[in-house]
Amino acid sequence: MDIYLPIAEVSVDIFVLLGLGGVVGFLTGVFGVGGGFLLTPLLIFIGVPPTVAVASSANQLVGASVSGVLAYWRRGNVDFKMGYVLLAGGLAGSFLGVWIFTLLKQLGQIELTISLSYVLLLGTLGAMMMVESIRTLLRLHRPGATRRKLHQHNWMHGLPLKARFRRSKLYISALLPIGLGFVIGVLSAILGIGGGFILVPAMIYMLGMPTAVVPGTSLLQIIFVAANVTLLQAYTNHTVDAVLALVLLVGGVIGARIGSRFGTRLRGEQLRLLLALMVLAVAAKLAFDLTVRPADPYSIASEKE
Amino acid sequence: MSRTVLPVGLSGWCLHLLALSFLWSAPARAEALVADLTSHLIAITTGFSGASVVLFGAIDGPGDVAVVVRGPDREMTVRRKNRIAGIWVNSEEVTFANVPSFYFVSASRPLDEIVPPGAAALYRLGVSSLQIKAESGTPPEIVDRFAAALIETQQRARLFPNSVGKVNFIGERLFRTTIEFPTNVPTGTYLVTVYLVRDKDVVSGQTTPLVVSKVGIDADVFGFAVRQPGLYGVVAVVTAMVAGWLASLPFRSS
Repeated sequence: MDIYLPIAEVSVDIFVLLGLGGVVGFLTGVFGVGGGFLLTPLLIFIGVPPTVAVASSANQLVGASVSGVLAYWRRGNVDFKMGYVLLAGGLAGSFLGVWIFTLLKQLGQIELTISLSYVLLLGTLGAMMMVESIRTLLRLHRPGATRRKLHQHNWMHGLPLKARFRRSKLYISALLPIGLGFVIGVLSAILGIGGGFILVPAMIYMLGMPTAVVPGTSLLQIIFVAANVTLLQAYTNHTVDAVLALVLLVGGVIGARIGSRFGTRLRGEQLRLLLALMVLAVAAKLAFDLTVRPADPYSIASEKE
Repeated sequence: MSRTVLPVGLSGWCLHLLALSFLWSAPARAEALVADLTSHLIAITTGFSGASVVLFGAIDGPGDVAVVVRGPDREMTVRRKNRIAGIWVNSEEVTFANVPSFYFVSASRPLDEIVPPGAAALYRLGVSSLQIKAESGTPPEIVDRFAAALIETQQRARLFPNSVGKVNFIGERLFRTTIEFPTNVPTGTYLVTVYLVRDKDVVSGQTTPLVVSKVGIDADVFGFAVRQPGLYGVVAVVTAMVAGWLASLPFRSS
C-alpha cells in the first residue's frame, strides 16, 4: 500500500517505511544510538530527497529517543545529571557546528565532507571498540583472570570542577562531559545526526561510565539535539516531513521495544562487539561508495522557478 | 537529415507562439481539431500511486495527430562526479534554465514520418527536440554531454518518455491517447497541446491546461510547513514526543 509524503513529494510503500523504522528502532533499543546514520542513507535509497531524509530522520529521532529514555528511566538506567551536563556542552557546540556547516556549504563539497568524516570517525571508533571488546571477552574466558580496574587514572582526573555523578558511579571534572557534549554538538550539526554512535563509545571509554546507564543517558541528550535540528530544518528549509516521521516512528517504536528487551539480555561485552561490527560495516560501506565508480556519475538538482 | 527551412533556436519560442496564435485565429473554417481530457485535475492524495488521463478528440478529415504534454519549467543543475585521489567527487556542473519538469509526447505514427525535423524542433515534438539551454559561456560539447545525462536521468525517473506514445484512431476522425503520470509527478500547471498534421505540415493546434495539485490533508500539511515553518517545526517535535511517550505506555502494564 502506497502512502504519499506531502513534503518529500513521493509515494512510498507504507510497509517499507514501517520496516525501516522497525530496524532503526531495534538498534535504538539495543545500543542507545539513534540510528540516524543508518536511517538517512536508507531513506535516500528508497527515493526520499536527501534534504528531506536528513530533516525527517531528526524528527523521528525525537520520538524514538523519548520512548527509549522512558523505558531506560523505569529501570533506573538514566543519569540525568550527566545528561544535562552533556547537553549544555552540546547546545554550545551545535552553534559552532551550524556555522562550520554554512561555511563548508559555501565552499561546496559538503556531501564529500560528510562522507569522509563518517568514514574516518566510524572506522576509528569501530576498530577501537572491536579490539577492546574482543580483548575483554578473551580475558573473561580465561580462568583466574583479574578483574579490570573500573577506569584508569590519567591527566583527565586532574581537571578542576569535580562533580559527583551518582548513577554513573563517577567523580570526575564536569569539564569532561561538557567538552564531550561540545564536540558531539559540532559533529551532529555538520553530519546531521543525533551523534549517539559517537557519544556511546565516548561515554564508555572516555568517561568510564558503566555500560548499563550509557544508552539511556545518550538518548536523553539525543532528544534535545534532534529536536533542535528538526526546528532549525523546519524553519529554514521546510524539509521536515511530519507524515514520514510519524510512519517511521510507528515502526520504530515496535522495533525499540523488542530492541531494549533484547539489549538487557546481552552482556556488556557482547553489546560492544555487536555495536563495533555495525559501526565498521557502515564505515566500510561509505568508504566503498566513495571509491567505487558510481553507477551514474551525473546527478540532478532542480529548483522551482 | 535535410537542412530545414524553418529557423530554430532563439526565435523558436516566438515562432512557436506565432504559429499557435495563427492556428487559433482561424476559427472561420469549421473546427479542424477538437480535443479534451477526461480530467483537468490530477489530485495528489495520501494514496496517490500515479494517474493516467485520457485525451480524446476528433479531426475534420484524414490526418495525423501529435500530442505534447509539458510540466512547469524548472531550473536544473547537473553535476558530474570525477575521480580525484581515488575518491569520486562532484567536480563539474552545468545549469540548465527552463527544463520541463515533465514531458510526454505521443503521435499517431512515428514522428519522423509525419513531420520534418524543422517542425519537430519548432513544436518541441520529441525528447531530442526539447532544445534544453545551458547558461551562456559553457562549451557546446560539454552542454551536449550534460544535456544527454539530464534527459537520461529524467527518463529513468519516468518524467521524460523513453519512446513516443501511441495516438489511436477510431475510424478516420476520432482519436484517443493515454497519458501516464508517475507517483513522483511534479505539481503545477501542465500544458497539453494537440497538433493536427497533414502532408508534413502542422495545420491546427489546441492547448488545454492540466493542473497537478496536492489536495486534502497533504495539501494542508504542505501549506502549513511553508507558511508557518516555525510553528510547524514545534508541532512536528511535540507530535513526535507525544507519540514516543504514548508508545512507551504499554511497558508499564507488562
